[in-house]
Amino acid sequence: VKVLLRNPRRELDIDGPLRVQVLIQRLGLNRESVLVIRGDTLVPGDVVLDDGDTVEIRPVISGGAVELPGTP
Amino acid sequence: VKCRRCREPAIIEIRRHNAAFCTECFVRHCRDQVAKAIHDFDMVQPGERVLVAVSGGKDSLGLWDMLLDLGYEADGLYLGLGIGEPDGYSDTSAAFARAFAQRRGAPLRTIDLPTDYGYDIPAGSAAARRAPCSACGLSKRHLFNTAALEGDYQAVATGHNLDDEAAVLFGNVLRWNTDYLGRQLPVLPGGRGFVRKVKPLVRLGEREMAAYCVVRGIDYIVEECPMAVGNKHLGYKEALNAIEDQSPGSKQAFYFGFLDRASAHFRPEAVAEQAGLHPCPTCGSPTTSEVCAFCSLVTRATAAPDPQPVRMARARRRS
Repeated sequence: VKVLLRNPRRELDIDGPLRVQVLIQRLGLNRESVLVIRGDTLVPGDVVLDDGDTVEIRPVISGGAVELPGTP
Repeated sequence: VKCRRCREPAIIEIRRHNAAFCTECFVRHCRDQVAKAIHDFDMVQPGERVLVAVSGGKDSLGLWDMLLDLGYEADGLYLGLGIGEPDGYSDTSAAFARAFAQRRGAPLRTIDLPTDYGYDIPAGSAAARRAPCSACGLSKRHLFNTAALEGDYQAVATGHNLDDEAAVLFGNVLRWNTDYLGRQLPVLPGGRGFVRKVKPLVRLGEREMAAYCVVRGIDYIVEECPMAVGNKHLGYKEALNAIEDQSPGSKQAFYFGFLDRASAHFRPEAVAEQAGLHPCPTCGSPTTSEVCAFCSLVTRATAAPDPQPVRMARARRRS
């Protein structure tokens, strides 16, 4: 399975078949912090990825300006 | 996994709801959550005009998309922060905001800090001796409010989601910032120089917002703001997600439990602070200081560097 990661961008090859949730665990990621996308479709944790699949692991956490409710 | 609503194959699981959804039902779920937040907290009334604070990220573009689909008159305002090289972070995020506005045929207003105010966030925050995220938040708060007043909008909508609110709450509780706790609400009422500020995404997590953009085909800037890397807010989110992983629903219980059971205890302090508001002599915005924080930031961010004392310059050369 070809795995595309972001921040920084990099690629990994991981032996399939394996479930999405196992892939996330194996990469040491928190399942609350990422989405797994195959093509342009989201794939849930129980889907089995095979050799030949390409998936993007997309981080979902953003933490720019924290707009605290202050006065201007 | 099957969709909880229609039993078709699911594309996403949402563990805090103990649910999974197919594409169609997931989009409906997101819109329902936004509609419920707007209704429950009286955020926007029918016929009111909303100005959406647009960054080019998943939350603001997803919010704008849902407000339009729910029938609100919602225009966007993008603030150019001057972060990164040409074609870097700010230019890329602006391109995503423009592309979305064009696709939806929705009006997008733009303010560019370097062009319109003479500073950018990296250099301006350093000159003003503020953290970049602090200078950025202050600039946004002031300029979105001013633009909404001038454009006759009744509310400014921001893309703060459940994760953002839980992380801010976590940080404020860790340090018992009681004045901030008194003002951490999904709606900040308007009046006395302030436009109402609303956060319609408080019932949706950021994983849901990223997923919403993917299934709706909304392109957004995925890369993290380079100025935010390593900030405390991101650390709080990681800590909360570690808890959420073990105990789904914790973030929602933490934030909504605060609103239901604790928020009112901190309100008097926030209300008392409002009593000292007066117009800034420079720009007219409400402030509790002599000059408002935004005008102070602009003054310091655009001032020529202080000349160094001769003795200090010599000492530095020796070291």
